[in-house]
Amino acid sequence: MIPQIPVWAALPATVLLIIGGLLTLVGSIGLLRLPNFFMRIHSVSMGNTLGVGCVLVASMLISSAVTEALVIHELLITLFVVFTAPITAIVLMQAAIRRARPPRL
Amino acid sequence: MNDVLHASVWFAQLCFALAMVNAAIAMMRGPTAQDRVLAFDTLYINGMLTLLLFGVRWTSFMHFEVAMLIALFGFVGTASLAMFLYRGEVIEP
Repeated sequence: MIPQIPVWAALPATVLLIIGGLLTLVGSIGLLRLPNFFMRIHSVSMGNTLGVGCVLVASMLISSAVTEALVIHELLITLFVVFTAPITAIVLMQAAIRRARPPRL
Repeated sequence: MNDVLHASVWFAQLCFALAMVNAAIAMMRGPTAQDRVLAFDTLYINGMLTLLLFGVRWTSFMHFEVAMLIALFGFVGTASLAMFLYRGEVIEP
Protein backbone atom coordinates (compact mmCIF):
# COMPACT_ATOMS: atom_id res chain seq x y z
CA MET A 1 0.00 0.00 0.00
CA ILE A 2 1.04 3.58 -0.56
CA PRO A 3 1.52 5.34 2.79
CA GLN A 4 -0.39 8.51 3.58
CA ILE A 5 1.05 11.36 1.51
CA PRO A 6 0.16 15.07 1.54
CA VAL A 7 -2.39 16.58 -0.82
CA TRP A 8 0.08 18.77 -2.76
CA ALA A 9 1.70 15.59 -4.11
CA ALA A 10 -1.35 13.33 -4.31
CA LEU A 11 -3.56 15.62 -6.38
CA PRO A 12 -1.13 16.29 -9.29
CA ALA A 13 -0.02 12.65 -9.21
CA THR A 14 -3.62 11.48 -9.60
CA VAL A 15 -4.29 13.83 -12.50
CA LEU A 16 -1.02 12.91 -14.23
CA LEU A 17 -1.61 9.18 -13.81
CA ILE A 18 -5.11 9.38 -15.31
CA ILE A 19 -3.91 11.54 -18.22
CA GLY A 20 -0.93 9.27 -18.91
CA GLY A 21 -2.99 6.10 -18.84
CA LEU A 22 -5.62 7.52 -21.18
CA LEU A 23 -3.00 8.86 -23.62
CA THR A 24 -1.21 5.53 -23.83
CA LEU A 25 -4.50 3.66 -24.26
CA VAL A 26 -5.64 6.02 -27.03
CA GLY A 27 -2.29 5.66 -28.80
CA SER A 28 -2.47 1.89 -28.82
CA ILE A 29 -6.13 1.86 -29.89
CA GLY A 30 -4.93 3.90 -32.87
CA LEU A 31 -2.46 1.08 -33.55
CA LEU A 32 -5.42 -1.20 -34.24
CA ARG A 33 -7.86 1.13 -35.92
CA LEU A 34 -5.90 3.45 -38.22
CA PRO A 35 -5.63 2.31 -41.85
CA ASN A 36 -2.08 3.30 -42.83
CA PHE A 37 1.33 2.48 -41.35
CA PHE A 38 2.37 6.12 -41.15
CA MET A 39 -0.82 7.08 -39.32
CA ARG A 40 -0.23 4.21 -36.90
CA ILE A 41 3.38 5.15 -36.10
CA HIS A 42 2.28 8.76 -35.59
CA SER A 43 -0.40 7.93 -33.03
CA VAL A 44 1.74 5.40 -31.16
CA SER A 45 4.90 7.48 -30.87
CA MET A 46 3.06 10.64 -29.78
CA GLY A 47 0.86 8.86 -27.25
CA ASN A 48 3.64 6.75 -25.80
CA THR A 49 6.13 9.57 -25.32
CA LEU A 50 3.66 11.87 -23.60
CA GLY A 51 2.17 9.04 -21.52
CA VAL A 52 5.61 7.94 -20.32
CA GLY A 53 6.43 11.54 -19.38
CA CYS A 54 3.21 11.96 -17.38
CA VAL A 55 3.52 8.65 -15.52
CA LEU A 56 7.18 9.18 -14.65
CA VAL A 57 6.54 12.69 -13.29
CA ALA A 58 3.73 11.23 -11.17
CA SER A 59 6.07 8.49 -9.92
CA MET A 60 8.68 11.10 -9.03
CA LEU A 61 6.09 13.09 -7.04
CA ILE A 62 4.88 10.04 -5.13
CA SER A 63 8.42 8.80 -4.35
CA SER A 64 9.49 12.25 -3.15
CA ALA A 65 6.44 12.56 -0.91
CA VAL A 66 6.84 9.04 0.52
CA THR A 67 10.54 9.31 1.37
CA GLU A 68 10.27 13.04 2.29
CA ALA A 69 13.32 13.81 0.18
CA LEU A 70 13.87 14.82 -3.41
CA VAL A 71 13.88 11.62 -5.52
CA ILE A 72 14.67 12.29 -9.14
CA HIS A 73 16.13 9.06 -10.44
CA GLU A 74 13.00 8.42 -12.53
CA LEU A 75 14.33 11.31 -14.60
CA LEU A 76 16.81 8.79 -16.06
CA ILE A 77 14.04 6.72 -17.65
CA THR A 78 12.24 9.87 -18.80
CA LEU A 79 15.31 11.24 -20.55
CA PHE A 80 16.13 7.86 -22.02
CA VAL A 81 12.65 7.31 -23.46
CA VAL A 82 12.37 10.89 -24.71
CA PHE A 83 15.73 10.58 -26.48
CA THR A 84 15.29 7.10 -27.94
CA ALA A 85 11.62 7.02 -29.03
CA PRO A 86 12.20 9.49 -31.93
CA ILE A 87 15.27 7.53 -33.08
CA THR A 88 13.25 4.33 -33.29
CA ALA A 89 10.39 6.13 -35.03
CA ILE A 90 12.69 7.74 -37.62
CA VAL A 91 14.48 4.49 -38.48
CA LEU A 92 11.18 2.60 -38.72
CA MET A 93 9.65 5.25 -40.98
CA GLN A 94 12.70 5.21 -43.26
CA ALA A 95 12.51 1.42 -43.41
CA ALA A 96 8.81 1.60 -44.30
CA ILE A 97 9.47 4.17 -47.03
CA ARG A 98 12.26 2.06 -48.48
CA ARG A 99 10.23 -1.13 -48.36
CA ALA A 100 7.20 0.50 -49.98
CA ARG A 101 9.27 1.63 -52.97
CA PRO A 102 9.90 -0.94 -55.72
CA PRO A 103 13.52 -2.13 -55.82
CA ARG A 104 15.91 -0.40 -58.16
CA LEU A 105 17.36 -2.48 -60.98
CA MET B 1 -7.04 11.55 -0.91
CA ASN B 2 -4.94 8.40 -0.62
CA ASP B 3 -7.83 6.24 -1.81
CA VAL B 4 -8.21 8.40 -4.91
CA LEU B 5 -4.49 8.06 -5.60
CA HIS B 6 -4.71 4.31 -5.16
CA ALA B 7 -7.68 4.12 -7.53
CA SER B 8 -5.83 6.20 -10.12
CA VAL B 9 -2.81 3.88 -9.96
CA TRP B 10 -5.19 0.96 -10.56
CA PHE B 11 -6.83 2.83 -13.43
CA ALA B 12 -3.49 3.60 -15.08
CA GLN B 13 -2.41 -0.03 -14.75
CA LEU B 14 -5.68 -1.15 -16.31
CA CYS B 15 -5.10 1.25 -19.21
CA PHE B 16 -1.58 -0.10 -19.73
CA ALA B 17 -2.82 -3.69 -19.62
CA LEU B 18 -5.45 -2.92 -22.26
CA ALA B 19 -2.79 -1.18 -24.35
CA MET B 20 -0.59 -4.30 -24.07
CA VAL B 21 -3.51 -6.45 -25.25
CA ASN B 22 -4.03 -4.11 -28.21
CA ALA B 23 -0.33 -4.25 -29.05
CA ALA B 24 -0.31 -8.05 -28.89
CA ILE B 25 -3.31 -8.22 -31.25
CA ALA B 26 -1.60 -5.75 -33.60
CA MET B 27 1.61 -7.78 -33.47
CA MET B 28 -0.27 -10.92 -34.51
CA ARG B 29 -2.38 -9.15 -37.12
CA GLY B 30 -0.01 -6.58 -38.64
CA PRO B 31 0.19 -6.98 -42.41
CA THR B 32 3.84 -6.00 -42.82
CA ALA B 33 7.00 -6.51 -40.78
CA GLN B 34 7.33 -2.88 -39.73
CA ASP B 35 3.83 -3.00 -38.20
CA ARG B 36 4.95 -5.88 -36.03
CA VAL B 37 8.09 -4.02 -34.93
CA LEU B 38 5.96 -0.99 -34.04
CA ALA B 39 3.59 -3.18 -32.01
CA PHE B 40 6.60 -4.66 -30.18
CA ASP B 41 7.76 -1.14 -29.33
CA THR B 42 4.35 -0.31 -27.85
CA LEU B 43 4.30 -3.62 -25.97
CA TYR B 44 7.60 -3.15 -24.16
CA ILE B 45 6.95 0.48 -23.25
CA ASN B 46 3.59 -0.43 -21.73
CA GLY B 47 5.14 -3.34 -19.85
CA MET B 48 7.78 -1.00 -18.47
CA LEU B 49 5.12 1.45 -17.26
CA THR B 50 3.09 -1.34 -15.64
CA LEU B 51 6.17 -2.53 -13.75
CA LEU B 52 6.97 1.03 -12.67
CA LEU B 53 3.47 1.43 -11.24
CA PHE B 54 3.85 -1.84 -9.34
CA GLY B 55 6.91 -0.22 -7.78
CA VAL B 56 4.83 2.84 -6.89
CA ARG B 57 2.08 0.71 -5.35
CA TRP B 58 4.41 -1.37 -3.20
CA THR B 59 6.85 1.55 -2.55
CA SER B 60 9.87 -0.46 -3.62
CA PHE B 61 12.80 1.00 -5.50
CA MET B 62 13.86 -2.29 -7.04
CA HIS B 63 11.14 -2.12 -9.68
CA PHE B 64 12.66 1.11 -10.96
CA GLU B 65 15.88 -0.66 -11.93
CA VAL B 66 13.97 -3.45 -13.66
CA ALA B 67 11.99 -0.84 -15.61
CA MET B 68 15.23 0.89 -16.59
CA LEU B 69 16.66 -2.40 -17.87
CA ILE B 70 13.47 -3.10 -19.84
CA ALA B 71 13.72 0.35 -21.44
CA LEU B 72 17.40 -0.16 -22.37
CA PHE B 73 17.07 -3.65 -23.84
CA GLY B 74 13.78 -2.85 -25.54
CA PHE B 75 15.40 0.09 -27.28
CA VAL B 76 18.30 -2.12 -28.39
CA GLY B 77 15.89 -4.75 -29.74
CA THR B 78 13.65 -2.31 -31.56
CA ALA B 79 16.53 -0.32 -33.03
CA SER B 80 18.28 -3.44 -34.30
CA LEU B 81 15.05 -4.80 -35.82
CA ALA B 82 14.40 -1.46 -37.53
CA MET B 83 17.98 -1.30 -38.80
CA PHE B 84 17.56 -4.82 -40.15
CA LEU B 85 14.41 -3.78 -41.99
CA TYR B 86 16.16 -0.67 -43.27
CA ARG B 87 19.44 -2.11 -44.53
CA GLY B 88 19.09 -5.88 -44.56
CA GLU B 89 21.80 -6.37 -41.94
CA VAL B 90 22.19 -5.17 -38.37
CA ILE B 91 25.93 -4.43 -38.10
CA GLU B 92 27.65 -3.26 -41.21
CA PRO B 93 30.79 -5.18 -42.20
